[in-house]
Amino acid sequence: MIAFPANGVRELDLDLDAFEGPFDLLLTLVLKEELEPADVDVAAIVIAFVERLAQQVEAGRREQLDLEACGEFLVLIASLLELKARGLFPEEEAELAELEPEEAAEELARRLAEYRRMKEAAGWLAERLAAERDRYFRVGPAPLAPQPQRKLAPHDPERLATALRALAEPPAQLSLAHMALRFPPVSQFLERFRAVLRRRSRFDFNAEVGELSRIDQAVAFLALLELRKAGEIALDQAAPFAPIRVSRSDGERGAEWIVRSA
Amino acid sequence: MDRPLRLITVNPVDQLARTLEALLVVASAPLSVDELAQAADDDEERIATALGLLSDRYREGRSGIVLERVAGGYAFRAAREAAEACSRLYERPVERGLSQAGLETLSIVAYLGPCSRPEIARIRGVAADSAVAGLLERGLITEAGREDAPGGAVRYRTTPLFERVFGLESIAALPRLDDLGESAAEIRERLQSVAVGKTA
Repeated sequence: MIAFPANGVRELDLDLDAFEGPFDLLLTLVLKEELEPADVDVAAIVIAFVERLAQQVEAGRREQLDLEACGEFLVLIASLLELKARGLFPEEEAELAELEPEEAAEELARRLAEYRRMKEAAGWLAERLAAERDRYFRVGPAPLAPQPQRKLAPHDPERLATALRALAEPPAQLSLAHMALRFPPVSQFLERFRAVLRRRSRFDFNAEVGELSRIDQAVAFLALLELRKAGEIALDQAAPFAPIRVSRSDGERGAEWIVRSA
Repeated sequence: MDRPLRLITVNPVDQLARTLEALLVVASAPLSVDELAQAADDDEERIATALGLLSDRYREGRSGIVLERVAGGYAFRAAREAAEACSRLYERPVERGLSQAGLETLSIVAYLGPCSRPEIARIRGVAADSAVAGLLERGLITEAGREDAPGGAVRYRTTPLFERVFGLESIAALPRLDDLGESAAEIRERLQSVAVGKTA
């Protein structure tokens, strides 16, 4: 019986195709022959163990390898591998060892007879080869693998040609006109605002450009900034997003605005 | 001319025979009646008739090319009388260095195949790895699936080339195993006589 010291190896949680649960339960099931060792993916267990070691080191729970746990694991996994290997390769010698001397002699004679027949067959083949030595024939590559036969219904080649012709035609040119942004010149709005201010001392920017497109409104705003930079106008806005009031600039108002905005 | 006048110049079977001739001269491996029927687009009965015609036309002593029935099909080969000339120009590389171990392994695969290397080793009592590798390289055997058990060993069977090299119509043309070798009872008697001799 294998003893499991409480050092963590037995609690190793496994999630394999053939088994899900702690490592010690897996070993118990294998020892009780309730689980076929051949079905156990040993590599997956090793990976699970190494991953858990790495996690422990990362989490700072261990500064160095727990040699005792690793040693225990190695012994267990080696035993499991040996069980699996024995399961995969049936033990012939053990089978023979269980035989009575009489049966063993019978088995030996049977095997010798089988080999003797094969040896005779080999002799026959050798004679045959010698007799057929003067047969020369062409040897080519291995015959092609049989292809699945697909019977096609008869088709009109003209239809194929029509289909290909349609593919050969260049596609119609796509219009990209809608993608281009056309900006009106800024100067247009400079002139317009100057003209308005010549007639009136102040105006409401939102009301002035309200009927224009968004692009025109944006250019109009640029013109507004341009005029402000040149000191030609003064701007006033009560709150963010409130209407922008535009007025003719005089020296004092301009200076006041600059001080406020600084 | 002492030949009678022939009103029909082209006998249909004769025409089919010419088609088969063409197919066989192009082939590098024996063609079965089924394959010939498909390629010639004719029925198998007429193919058999045409093949009979060709077998007579291409036979030892009459032609340098011989039509033979081999490996489950029909194939052209050189006439035996031309073997010496052929040997000056070509060799039969499949046979070169084919050892006793190779022949024994080949027999086991031919009779018991598909069978695996462990099975071959069990019968011969020695590892079969190099013998199997040699036969695979020569194209005399080929892989034929795996054993059912987990991690099952690769199984091998003989190829059409094996039948062709040994001039066998099919694998069934091998002699029956019972006709070969001593029986288990005979061997047992011999073993016992040796054992008795030793203890005496």
